[in-house]
Amino acid sequence: MEAVVAKEFSRNKIHPRKFALWVACASIMMMFAAFTSAIIVRQAAGNWLEFRLPDIFYFNTIVILLSSITLHSSYLAFKRGNTNLYRGMLAATFFLGLTFLVLQYQGWQTLTDIGVALNTNPSGSFVYVVSGVHAAHILGGVGVLVVAMLHAFLLPHKVTAARKLRFELTLTYWHFVDFLWIYLLSFFTLLY
Amino acid sequence: MANTAIKPVVTEEELLIEEYGYDDHFHEHHHGDKYQSNFITTYIFSQDHKIIAKQFLITGMFWAIIGALMSLVFRLQLGFPEENMAWLRPVLGKWITINDAGMGSLAPEFYYALVTMHGTILVFFVLTAGLSGTFSNLLIPLQIGARDMASPFLNMLSYWFFFLAGMIMFFSLFLSTGPFAGGWTAYPPLSALPQASSGSGAGMTLWILSLVFFVVSVLLGGINYITTVLNLRTKGMTMWRLPLTIWAFFVTAILGLLSFPVLVSGFLLLMFDRSMGTSFYLSEIFTGGQALDNVGGSPILYQHLFWFLGHPEVYIIILPAMGLVSEVLSVHSRKPIFGYKAMVYSILAIGFLSFIVWAHHMFMSGVNPFISNFFVIFTLIIAVPSAVKVFNWIATVYGGNIRFTAASLFAIGFVSMFISGGLTGIFLGNSAIDIQLHDTYFVVAHFHIVMGVAAFFGMFAGIYNWFPKMFGRFMNETLGKLHFWGTMIGAYAVFWPMHYLGMAGVPRRYYRFDSFEAFGQFSAMNQFITIAAIITFAFQVIFVVNFFYSIWKGKKMTTLNPWGATTLEWTTPINPGHGNWPGKIPTVQRWAYDYGKDGKEFISQVKPLEEGESETH
Repeated sequence: MEAVVAKEFSRNKIHPRKFALWVACASIMMMFAAFTSAIIVRQAAGNWLEFRLPDIFYFNTIVILLSSITLHSSYLAFKRGNTNLYRGMLAATFFLGLTFLVLQYQGWQTLTDIGVALNTNPSGSFVYVVSGVHAAHILGGVGVLVVAMLHAFLLPHKVTAARKLRFELTLTYWHFVDFLWIYLLSFFTLLY
Repeated sequence: MANTAIKPVVTEEELLIEEYGYDDHFHEHHHGDKYQSNFITTYIFSQDHKIIAKQFLITGMFWAIIGALMSLVFRLQLGFPEENMAWLRPVLGKWITINDAGMGSLAPEFYYALVTMHGTILVFFVLTAGLSGTFSNLLIPLQIGARDMASPFLNMLSYWFFFLAGMIMFFSLFLSTGPFAGGWTAYPPLSALPQASSGSGAGMTLWILSLVFFVVSVLLGGINYITTVLNLRTKGMTMWRLPLTIWAFFVTAILGLLSFPVLVSGFLLLMFDRSMGTSFYLSEIFTGGQALDNVGGSPILYQHLFWFLGHPEVYIIILPAMGLVSEVLSVHSRKPIFGYKAMVYSILAIGFLSFIVWAHHMFMSGVNPFISNFFVIFTLIIAVPSAVKVFNWIATVYGGNIRFTAASLFAIGFVSMFISGGLTGIFLGNSAIDIQLHDTYFVVAHFHIVMGVAAFFGMFAGIYNWFPKMFGRFMNETLGKLHFWGTMIGAYAVFWPMHYLGMAGVPRRYYRFDSFEAFGQFSAMNQFITIAAIITFAFQVIFVVNFFYSIWKGKKMTTLNPWGATTLEWTTPINPGHGNWPGKIPTVQRWAYDYGKDGKEFISQVKPLEEGESETH
């Protein structure tokens, strides 16, 4: 099936699967746009608890940015045929993704410790829910990375069109959820 | 000669495809047979867009019947509140309470559940999934010249998520506490507090779960529709050569993709309010004599998130109907659609405007009146592209050589309904008049005519017109016409009087009116509406019987192109297999509406321009 699809669509500038992924990203973006505009509307209504965002969220931004860099270098190594770098950087991305999730959890714990529990005030609740939904998207990305690792470690390193496409889809999604976090964090920083 | 015996007539279009078609070597691989090899992969977990379209249609019909039966029960309550309803006890069980005198009456909380479920089912399951799910799946690949959707697998998932959503909602109907009963919009606090009413507990949990799966279905479908239209058009099929059906499905999919995620955001916050003790939508509520400790929430926030989907949703419902009607009117008037580009631009304009009018559903919720002005203006501006479309439909039919088939009658009926219901929208879009009219039967009449009945008419026009493409047989025309006249007259008889009720201030969603002095005088009108609703429902039974009878016993299709249409779906075999075209895929040489050009009745899109023929129409 794969080969047929590639042949059938060879007239296109962009592969339909990649295009579909961008459309899906637009849809996810709308969901977070809804959350952030809800925060603006709700904040304007008053009774808004002011608190300082835990530093761990900022530190975690470095983790997720680093993971984007490692995944990109893994992709470049995959194309060049450098198997060790390809596998190593992919595994590094996977662990950085897990680290991000663990540190986000720590961030929520810190929030609770400073007295902003999930149900204290909507201002805090929004941070939990919005970063939680983002973490769910990271978790989905980690799942995709697991599949990518199975390919990297179990199959011989060959740069076929299908494998390149698959990697590019993974890469796009991972960069997207990274960007999403930066958008959310700058939003929180400006409003809280 | 043996060949000609099997296939007596090779049409001109087939020869043209053979000559000019694009050979993608599709049939040299055996994947087609691989994924349609047994009953389960062919009819149940099918990845073929034509089968998925039929699955959406028949599931939608199932839900339409359930939803309509519910409306009959609450119409009986409204028209005949004093009548004995004990005969419904075998079906509704404990929701019919019987007093000492043997009088059965509908439990008030179940009345609300019926109204809520009727709305949810019709808006989401029938007019979103059943309409755009069916025809986007059937027509997008066939009319743009594609083998299938961009991702047949996601397309299959889209149907099965819809099916799962339906199963959950169906299950909720049988809960001992009843399904959700707080209105199809599920406003908090009724939806946010499990103790608020009997349906707000398990009923609401299943409602929200069902709708989340439904949104997944819409998104998977929408991603596919958009990608397919933009990436899989055949050679020569430029955007300006697309039939208006495809433009409508395309914009519908974009609307769904941008608005449904916002609903999910709203639902997620609602779930946290329900089960995690947050206060996004709840503030200072007393229930059961106790003060809840939720502080700081705003139910208006939910309304904003809900209607940011809710308003585009009504265009998600009506745009596919508009597309189908444009195509059917043009084909059956034997005339090109009038003002093709204006039609496309008005679809785009309606799509854009639909995102900046949502607060007209909230004029009376305490939003700032100055902000309301903004929404009034954009709401009224929607009348402009809508009027452009109506003008163009009438101009298309005007002077045409009209064939009064069931399909074209329903398409003409759509235009009538859209005008009647659209005009009352101009009343309701004004925030000042809305003070009197909001939450009355005027609103009920408006949206039922303009997006309920009109969308159904578009759907019926589509079903009668493309039934031969779906099943290789025709539906019975006489029964179809009977169905049309019964539905046309019946629908007006049901919804026209509601305008008068609404102008008199009769509120919607009330269980009975006879104890209100101001509204009791309308009991005869309510009886009339109920009787008209029952008769109209009877005419829908004719349609259902005609539909299923014709699948197996209808008149067989003997020619490829029974309506003399120009579009690509009629160049496929009578029963197109996987991949739609047996050989090459057609390339497109001209736009979709060459009817009556240069003295020819119609010219197929696969036919190249003749020497000296200009492409302008």
